Amino acid sequence: MSILWALIRRDLTLAIRQGGGVGTALGFFLTFVVLLPLGLGPDQALLQRLAPGALWVALLLSVLLSASTLFQQDYEDGSLDVMALGAAPLELVALAKSAAHWLSAGLPLAIAAPLLGFLLNLNPAGIWPLAISMITGSLALSLIASIGAAVTVGLRRGGLLVSLLVLPLYVPVLIFGVSASAGGPQIATAALLILLALALVSLVLAPLAAAAALRAYLK
Amino acid sequence: MFRGISFSVEAGNLLQLVGPNGSGKSTLLRLIAGLCDIADGSLALDGGHEELSIGQQCHYAAHQDAIKPALTVVENLRFWSGFLGGGNVDGALAAFDLKRLETFPAALLSAGQRHRLSLSRLALLPRPIWLLDEPTVGLDSASLEKLWALIRDHLVKGGLAIAATHVPLPFPGTEKLDLGVEAAA
Repeated sequence: MSILWALIRRDLTLAIRQGGGVGTALGFFLTFVVLLPLGLGPDQALLQRLAPGALWVALLLSVLLSASTLFQQDYEDGSLDVMALGAAPLELVALAKSAAHWLSAGLPLAIAAPLLGFLLNLNPAGIWPLAISMITGSLALSLIASIGAAVTVGLRRGGLLVSLLVLPLYVPVLIFGVSASAGGPQIATAALLILLALALVSLVLAPLAAAAALRAYLK
Repeated sequence: MFRGISFSVEAGNLLQLVGPNGSGKSTLLRLIAGLCDIADGSLALDGGHEELSIGQQCHYAAHQDAIKPALTVVENLRFWSGFLGGGNVDGALAAFDLKRLETFPAALLSAGQRHRLSLSRLALLPRPIWLLDEPTVGLDSASLEKLWALIRDHLVKGGLAIAATHVPLPFPGTEKLDLGVEAAA
């Protein structure tokens, strides 16, 4: 456990000091939310209808953008070699790195999104459902992105490949995430539970898949 | 890469891998650490920890220094001590005389200093096998002496070390494995 914590703490420190991928994610999200109403025009009712879906798409792309290089630095500077010789298996390394990514990118975005939703005329009643579903969903997004990041870790320009690999896996999260934030009361609860299930399944499976890919690259 | 290689290293001894560039010295080290698959053959460690793999009982120091430029020197070592399961950070800083630089971001270090920081991982916590890939590159003579002292101490304590390097090593009883000759045979 202390091993995981050491890794999470290091990645959070790096995220704060370097900005890097996480800074790009936050910047992208902000730009998207600011520009969308300018592009759509002054139709307030239209904006309100679009807001949850637009915020979800922005969250999804921001996470993808920042997570696609999750393992790259550690692979290039040899940290991953040393980590592979550590007491913790690579599955836990992948889990800790995804968790750190979620804490530094997914979670702040999920918390900021409902506030930024005011720019999109988000219905005030929808703030809590949106926040809860985004917090749950962004965990799944970070974990799923770690698979794509691990599969392309040795490729110089793996960004496009990560998108192609990961987007199909993102579709269910997007669908249920939007239903959980914008559907009626009954649909929203059901969708939120499915979203939670998706997050839990990726919590178990994504580190396994990512570690398998990393091992294949190290060998 | 190579075939028909056989060697053994006793506790307290050092094996020097020599051979021309590209003869597979680094690959052999990665193989021992378990970072590469062995196509055919076997590796065995007598008297090691039963529940740990050979790699988990190795210190592996290679060209890539596993240093984060955005962290300070001491933060880099603290992370590895946390990740590798404990260790004496102050002792590791002292091993290569990095105490003075401890609060500097690793990005400001020179190549030689980075290498010293990378090598100080060896002093962080004891592991029975040291795999050193070109450990002397970029070190000044004072640091080289410190490296020899560190290795000597490790060997005296019953550890074993395998080093891929071209410089002559100042240890009596160093065995040599020439991969160039083995590959040609």
